[in-house]
Amino acid sequence: MCVAIPGKIVSMDGDMAKVDFSGNLTNVNTGIIDAKVGQYVLVHAGCAIEVMEKDKAEELIELFGEIEELENEYK
Amino acid sequence: MKITMAHGSGGNASKELMGNIFGKYFKNDILDKLEDAAVLDVSGRIAMSTDSFVVTPLEFKGGNIGKLCVCGTVNDVLMMGAEPKYLTCGFIMEEGLDIDLLEKAVASMARQAEEAGVKIVAGDTKVVEGSGGLMINTTGIGVIPETRDVSAENCAPGDKIIVSGTLGDHHACILSARMEIENEIKSDCGCLKDITDALFGAGIDVHTMRDVTRGGMGTILNEIADSSRTMIELQEAAIPVSEEVKGFAGMLGLDPLYMANEGKMIAIVPGDQAEKALELMRATEHGANAAIIGEVKQLSCKKDNDMSGTDADAETKPVVHIKTPLGATRVLDVLYGEGLPRIC
Amino acid sequence: MNINEIIEYLKAYDGPDIKMMEVCGTHTASIFKSGIRSLISPKIHLISGPGCPVCVTPTAYIDKCGEYALMDNHVLMTFGDMIKVPGTHGSLADLKGEGAHVEMMYSPFEAIEKAKANPDITYVLAAVGFETTTPAYALMIDKAEREGVKNIRLVTALKTIIPALQWICENEDGIDAFICPGHVSTIIGSKPYEALAEKYHKPFVVAGFEAEQILAVIYDIVRQLESGHEDVNNLYRNAVRDEGNIKAQEILARCFEAGPAMWRGLGVIPGSGHYLTGKYAEYDGGSMGLDADMELPASCRCGDVITGRITPGDCPMFGTGCTPLAPYGPCMVSAEGACGIWYRNR
Repeated sequence: MCVAIPGKIVSMDGDMAKVDFSGNLTNVNTGIIDAKVGQYVLVHAGCAIEVMEKDKAEELIELFGEIEELENEYK
Repeated sequence: MKITMAHGSGGNASKELMGNIFGKYFKNDILDKLEDAAVLDVSGRIAMSTDSFVVTPLEFKGGNIGKLCVCGTVNDVLMMGAEPKYLTCGFIMEEGLDIDLLEKAVASMARQAEEAGVKIVAGDTKVVEGSGGLMINTTGIGVIPETRDVSAENCAPGDKIIVSGTLGDHHACILSARMEIENEIKSDCGCLKDITDALFGAGIDVHTMRDVTRGGMGTILNEIADSSRTMIELQEAAIPVSEEVKGFAGMLGLDPLYMANEGKMIAIVPGDQAEKALELMRATEHGANAAIIGEVKQLSCKKDNDMSGTDADAETKPVVHIKTPLGATRVLDVLYGEGLPRIC
Repeated sequence: MNINEIIEYLKAYDGPDIKMMEVCGTHTASIFKSGIRSLISPKIHLISGPGCPVCVTPTAYIDKCGEYALMDNHVLMTFGDMIKVPGTHGSLADLKGEGAHVEMMYSPFEAIEKAKANPDITYVLAAVGFETTTPAYALMIDKAEREGVKNIRLVTALKTIIPALQWICENEDGIDAFICPGHVSTIIGSKPYEALAEKYHKPFVVAGFEAEQILAVIYDIVRQLESGHEDVNNLYRNAVRDEGNIKAQEILARCFEAGPAMWRGLGVIPGSGHYLTGKYAEYDGGSMGLDADMELPASCRCGDVITGRITPGDCPMFGTGCTPLAPYGPCMVSAEGACGIWYRNR
């Protein structure tokens, strides 16, 4: 129900930040997250909804690691 | 200076506008006769196309409405394998239109027409009430050399599909300006004559060409599959889209496969000539990022998903398939309605 | 474990039929776009749930928005998806053609700038969405209140997912497991699914939106069912904390209160709506009780589609009385509506 994509904070001013999505800069509200310049945030409808610690590649490595751990529980 | 109703009255203001702007940039032996109609000396098969151009903003990164209205119609004529020859133009100007902006558009038209080798041989202006807008209609004709036979119907199994460059640039550029998103995305607005010259010049047997405008590549390939009663299979990973446009499309929930371009085309050529054609395209200015993105296949009679079609014709419906990097297959349908930004 | 092993496993699966519901419309869209159905066994059925705010919006809501758009000195702001949904007197796009004031927005925050620049015009937002979107409305209205901007109204159709899941679990027994909405879970966390998993004995797994992430979740669900598990797993940790986004939950609690909401196809579900409350209530544009829906002909099966009783292709109106160009139900209108997606990919 909700398209949201990660972008990188390039500058901050109060509760607004300029966020870079692969070269596209737009203003984003950061009122419900604690983020710093340089961090990646998940943005939906002009609002940052979470800080993302990992990039896409790291995210998938973590995911498959988790699946393996769960697999042990199911055996 | 702004356009007023007086500029459309036929009186002095109109004459001034004609002399200072249109007359200054549009000059050639046919137009200069100032007769009621242009008299043209043409013979053979003629390709003819008309299009009306409405764009907000009138000036954008990579062009303006003037460049757009020449390239758009010239490209349509080129896609039939024709050599574009003549162009007419009709201007609908709204009161309050900035005259400097009009001049820029007219200058761009003249420059672009020269580059494409076409003469602007007739024109008209009207002024209407409004808020400074400008709309331009252009009609173009070109002559098709006897050796060429380009049509959507000609695409055949075994052919390869080449796209001339990255998708979605014009759409992203215009929408960015309207939505105040900062980026470096430039419209791809341009004339594809360098590409068609290169292909025909080297004797490539081009079966089908289409410029990829409104509706995007997804819609156009469906039309081609339909006309030729074939199946088209694309490799998703091969389809060129710039990182910036990908990011832009992601932000707004748009799909580059349905986004408009104004200087991109699809060429469908026999499989054994594809590599040569690609090389030729890549050597041109407008085809530098060209890529082979898929091939034409026989219509298959087997659907490979589990949807129970209520459509009696479903088994033999011409389709466009996309193979994803994970090896999955999905159907690429036409665009329904406007490509609107969405949240959900 | 890697993605190829997962795909191999899911392709070869030959156990009992499994029905899992992806609740979120963005998941439905991703599943089609990545062609996931062509990679998994036909015994694994993916059912599209009620998680597209546009699809579950009743006619009365569209009509209310239309009324505002036609009023002098009012501008209706909406996301792109809502504009084509048919109301009693046509869609917002139709009304726009008749001179109604309808503007497209990308973010609710645009309303504040516009309202400040044009104090004589009231900006009315068609505020639809689930928990993912609701914080943006809350932040905007909180800012408007603090800055004394009065000429903004929200007509809300803001829904919460847990009561809807509960409704489905109570009323449908054919669904074996749920793929939980990733970005709603960013806000609410993965904990709220625990009570449901325990009560209804079904796995609930939070998923991201990339093909690999969705496939991993389908795999986890299959393995859970095969080994008799009924766990809540969060497999989108990069964006979802177990406890969710606390700051977002706080501002939601401050600006909104729960109330009954009408879900097209399901009916009114108590406690499943968010309504402006307290000092923010004056910004509400009359959102409560917009329950009336158009009379649906017996052949329209919208309700059965979004509860997973039938697939869109089984609806007698699909592709004949109802197509994306002439949609009857909202499920066909939205880019995320189950029917619209099926039609485009049929």
